[in-house]
Amino acid sequence: MVEIGGKRTIMRERSVEERIKNFHSVPLGYSEDEATREAQRCIQCFNAPCEINCPVHMKIKAMIRAISDGDFKEAFFIAKRDNPIPAMAGRVCPQEIQCEGVCPLAQRGQGINIGKLAAFVADWAREHEVKEEFHIEERPEKVALIGSGPAGISCAVDLRKYGYRVTIFEALHTPGGVTQYGIPDFRLPKDLVDYELSFLTEIGVDIQINMVVGQNIEFGELLEAFDATFIGTGAGAPKFMGIPGEKLKGVYSANEFLIRTNLMKSYHFPKYDTPIVCGTKVGAIGAGNVTMDAARCAKRFGADEVHIIYRRTRKESPAREEEIEHALEEGIIFHELINPIRIIGNEDGWVTGIELVRMKLGEMDNSGRPRPVPIIGSEFVMELDTVIEAIGTQPNRLFLNKALELETTRWDTIKVDDHLMTNIEGVYAGGDAIRGTATVILALGDGRKAAKSINQYLSKRS
Amino acid sequence: MKHTILRKEKLSAENYLIEIKATRVAERFQPGQFVILRIHERGERMPLTLADVNPKNGTITLIFQVVGKTTMELRTLNVGDTILDIVGPLGNPSEIKKFGRVICVGGGTGIACVYPIIRALANAGNDVITVIGARTKSLLMLEEEIKSVKSKIYITTDDGSKGHHGFVTDVLRDLLKKYDGEVNRVISIGPPIMMKSVAELTRSYHIKTMASLNTIMVDGTGMCGGCRTFIDGEMKLACIDGPEFDAHKVNFDDLMSRLEMFRGKEAQATEYFNKHVGAK
Repeated sequence: MVEIGGKRTIMRERSVEERIKNFHSVPLGYSEDEATREAQRCIQCFNAPCEINCPVHMKIKAMIRAISDGDFKEAFFIAKRDNPIPAMAGRVCPQEIQCEGVCPLAQRGQGINIGKLAAFVADWAREHEVKEEFHIEERPEKVALIGSGPAGISCAVDLRKYGYRVTIFEALHTPGGVTQYGIPDFRLPKDLVDYELSFLTEIGVDIQINMVVGQNIEFGELLEAFDATFIGTGAGAPKFMGIPGEKLKGVYSANEFLIRTNLMKSYHFPKYDTPIVCGTKVGAIGAGNVTMDAARCAKRFGADEVHIIYRRTRKESPAREEEIEHALEEGIIFHELINPIRIIGNEDGWVTGIELVRMKLGEMDNSGRPRPVPIIGSEFVMELDTVIEAIGTQPNRLFLNKALELETTRWDTIKVDDHLMTNIEGVYAGGDAIRGTATVILALGDGRKAAKSINQYLSKRS
Repeated sequence: MKHTILRKEKLSAENYLIEIKATRVAERFQPGQFVILRIHERGERMPLTLADVNPKNGTITLIFQVVGKTTMELRTLNVGDTILDIVGPLGNPSEIKKFGRVICVGGGTGIACVYPIIRALANAGNDVITVIGARTKSLLMLEEEIKSVKSKIYITTDDGSKGHHGFVTDVLRDLLKKYDGEVNRVISIGPPIMMKSVAELTRSYHIKTMASLNTIMVDGTGMCGGCRTFIDGEMKLACIDGPEFDAHKVNFDDLMSRLEMFRGKEAQATEYFNKHVGAK
C-alpha cells in the first residue's frame, strides 16, 4: 500500500547540551531541500481546511504549492498577503489546534508542518532581500493605534494598504508588544522580530515609542485628533495567586522574569544593565506557553532544577505541544496535580520553598476542563529559591482607568460588537485586550478584521 | 527621539542636576509623578522623580545621587550628550489642594522629589513647613528654592555640619508638639527608613501622611509587578497605583527587604562599569 503523504520532515534543532547554555533559537530552520520535501507531501486537498482554520485565512495551500515548485519568492508573497509577520507566526502559532490540526494527514499524526514552512519562506525572503511591494493609494484620514503588538501590527499594515495615515502609540521603548517582552529569543529570535517590524516603518506607519496612552497622552486627545482608533493594548498585566509569601525576594511574576530577560536582555548582564536573580531551584507555577518560556529561561540562567507546578495534568495544559516537549527535553520537571498554598521564606526575606497540596480532577468546569480539587491532608513542601508565577495575564488597568468611557466586561476586557467596534463610535479593539490571554495569531486576525471595519466606517463617513 | 542634556550642575560630591529636553514630559508633569529613563540601548530602565520642569522651554530637571551603575554613567554625560529614552510622566500626581498646614519632609535626594510638591502646596494656599535632612551639609540641596516658595524650612544633618544635629524626625517631633492638632497633612519622601520613622511619629497624631515609594521597577506601566506592595493587605503597584501611598498603611520593612533583591547584582554592575567604561 502506498503511504500517502509520508512522514513529516523533522525540523533540525540545536542539541539540548548546547541550547541550555544560551538563548539562541532552538529550531534551526528548514533548508530549501527540506522545505521542498515537506511541501511536496501536501496532497493539495480540495477543501484546504488548514486555511479555514487559520485565524487570518492564509492561502496555505497555494503557499505550499509554490514551495513544492521551488518558487519560494511567490510562496513568501502568498504568505505575506494575509499575514504580515509569517516568520513570527510560523514559530509561535498553536498550529496543532489550527492549520496542522485539521490537515487530512494529521489523522495519522503526520500533518504538514505548516508553521515551519511559513517560517521558512519568511526567513528565505529575508535572506534573499525579497520584500513585498504594493502600491498605496494615499487617503487623508488618520487612524490611531494603541499598542504595537500583533493586533496593532496587522491592523496597521492593512490600514496602510487601504491608504490611511497610521500612527501607533507604544508605551515601551521598542515596538512589538508581547513578541518583544514576552517570548524568549530561543523561540522567537529578536532580530527577526525587529526585521518583520521594520516593514511597518518602510510602508509609512508612524510608530511613536514611549507613549503611554492615558499617561503622557490622553485617550480623549487621540479621539479628537484621529478619524478612527484601534485599541490593541493586549493583556500585559500579571496575575498573582494571592497566596502568602508573594512579597518575598526571589518571587517574580512571569512578566517580570520575561521582561527582564527578553526586553532588557538580562542574559547579557552585566554588559546590559538590567539584572536578574535566578536561583538553582526554580519553580514555575502554571502550564501555559509563558510558564514553559519562564522555566526554560531559568534553565538557561543556570538553574539546576526547574519545576513546573501545575494543578491539572499535562493533558489539560494550554501550552503548545512543542513547548512542553522542548521543556522536558531540557530537563525541566513537569509536576501534575499540585497546587501552591503559600511561599515560604527565611528571616532575611528570601524564598526557601513552597507549600503545595496534591490535587485530583473533579467535574468539568466552565473552561471545559476537569476542575482540580485539593486532597485534604496531602500538603508537602518543595524546596525552592526562586518562584515564578505564570498563571496568566490580564488587561492592563493603567489604560482602562484612563479611558473610563470604554465599556468593559467583568474580566476587564473591552466589549466589542461583531465588527470589533467598542461602545464608542469609530473606536475598535482587538487581540488580548478583548480576549484576555489568547494567541498572536488570533490578535493578527482581529487586527485585520478591525482594519476592514475601520475602512468601511471611514469610507461610509467620507 | 533622543533627549539632549542642556545643563549640568554638580550640587555636591554625590549629587548632580541635569536639565534635559523632554517636551512632552515637561508639558504634562504634575508634582509627585516620575519618569523612566534609559541612557542607551544596553541601559536599564531607571525610575527618577523630577525636581522641576519648564514647559515653556520643554525641559525637565533631574537631580540624582550617584549610587549605582546608571547614576555613575549619568554623571559621565555632559551638556550636548543625549539620553535615548525618557518616558513619562508616569504614576499619579500628588493630591494638591488647600489642606491648611502641611509639613513636607525630604531626606537625601528625596529633597529634590518633594520640592515641586512643596511649591504646588504653597501655591494652593497651604501653610507649608519643610524639614529637609541629609547625612552631611554638602548633600543638602534646594534650600533657597524652598525658601523662595514661602515655606518655612528646617534643616538637619546626621553629622551636625548644618542645622539640627540629628534626624528629620527630631524636628518633626517638635513641630507636631508645637502645632498639636494643627497639622493637616504630612508628605514624606526619602529613604524608606526615614519614611517609616515619619509614619510612626505621625500615626499617634492621626495625621494623614503620604509617602512616595521608590521600589524595584522595570517597565513602570503596570506590567512587571516588581513594584508590588501591600496596602491594607491588598496588592498595589507603585507604578500605576502610586507612587504615593498612605504611609500608615505601607509596610516599610517589606519595602526595604524587597529593595535588597538585586543588591548583589547592582554591585556587580558597578564593578563592571568601573572596569570597562568608567575607566576610559
